[in-house]
Amino acid sequence: MAVNLFWFFIFPGLLFMAVAGSLLSWFDRKITARVQFRKGPPLLQPFYDFFKLLLVKETILPKHGSGFVFLLAPLLAVFGATMAGLFILLPLFNIETGFRGDIIVIFYLLTLPSFSYIIGSLASGNPLAAVGASREMKLIISYELTFLLMVAAVILKSGQQFNLNSIIEAQQSGTPFIGSISGVLLFIAGVFCIQAKLALVPFDMPEAEAELASGIYIEYSGPPYAMIRLAKYIMLFILPAFLVALLMNGMNPGINIVWLILKIVGIVLLLTLIRNTNPRVKIKQASRFFLVWMNLLVVVAIVLIAFGL
Amino acid sequence: MGFKDYCFRKSLWVFHFGGASCNNCDIEILDCLTPRHDLERFGILLVGSIRHADVLLVNGSINRRDKDRLLELYHQAPKPLLVVAIGACGCTGGIFAEGMTFAGPVDKIIPVDAYIPGCPPKPEAIIAGIVKLAGKK
Repeated sequence: MAVNLFWFFIFPGLLFMAVAGSLLSWFDRKITARVQFRKGPPLLQPFYDFFKLLLVKETILPKHGSGFVFLLAPLLAVFGATMAGLFILLPLFNIETGFRGDIIVIFYLLTLPSFSYIIGSLASGNPLAAVGASREMKLIISYELTFLLMVAAVILKSGQQFNLNSIIEAQQSGTPFIGSISGVLLFIAGVFCIQAKLALVPFDMPEAEAELASGIYIEYSGPPYAMIRLAKYIMLFILPAFLVALLMNGMNPGINIVWLILKIVGIVLLLTLIRNTNPRVKIKQASRFFLVWMNLLVVVAIVLIAFGL
Repeated sequence: MGFKDYCFRKSLWVFHFGGASCNNCDIEILDCLTPRHDLERFGILLVGSIRHADVLLVNGSINRRDKDRLLELYHQAPKPLLVVAIGACGCTGGIFAEGMTFAGPVDKIIPVDAYIPGCPPKPEAIIAGIVKLAGKK
């Protein structure tokens, strides 16, 4: 019991993921600044933002809305992100092997933050938040099928292993999945799914700062907004970690933790560069992109896997 | 300066309210976020929603229609909130001070923490004002 609580709150759990995610968020902002020839924020900037929102600012409840649901949704988002991260990081760090079928649990828990953003923004009663929530729903419908197909392809490639730890072991005893043609196709699809899950720029219609004034988060202020930022930091850490576990060999014991860090930072760098070199697409274009092209890519990868490539 | 205060000063998020402005101050404010001046190195971001704002940046002469909206924004913002009046129009009324529709400079309507005069103020002047504001106790 005590060790479970330690896992949830301290080491691979809330505290560790929050710190790692904050540093990755700083990395994302710094790279963005360097791409635009700016100097960029200091290293501890995400911590300043978080503690300012948590400790200093006041919370304002919308007048026409459900206050209870509005305040509960950010906590649900943090909970979902932490649980998903726990199930990803425990097998990744070789602490525990998990259970049979945990990859499906991870898949469901990873959608929990997006759903709680939708619930919270609809509970605020703001019309711009409602537009943002409807866009987020359409985005979820678009990318979830691709993400599920990608996970299914990885399961197929590892020889019907429904367990994240067995998938990592199958790669460590053989070659990493990204070393094959189908693995590269799955990696491309996975990176775009992560981009949409994090609502980064080509797919940031839910928050659309220019037209919806930060959309689904528009009514949040103070501590609830700090919780939303925390959930976003955690998601920025665990989604690349999940991709590393699925396709890129996970972590061998010993000094290889440096490789693990480099892989995660590399994926975040890729996401940041995509975010900085693309304009925002319309929701219809995003749906078409995922439902037609990305699904086609993953289906081609599945066919290649069936032929053993 | 305590920990809470330090975090607040290091992470000022700015909401920009333009009154009946001639747009020169708006252009200079946007200049502060460009690569040459880069206010993000002080942790300053431009936000789209008043609920996320720590600084309310007001420029332009405030006429009778703007006055209600400015008051509404001030009441909707989560406190603590710093208010900065930018430009001659925001500080005193400038050449519009005698105007028929003029509803008073910003400090007649809401309390102001910092004044940055100039018509328009240079980006360097705006940065100097922001840094003084962040160091103010």
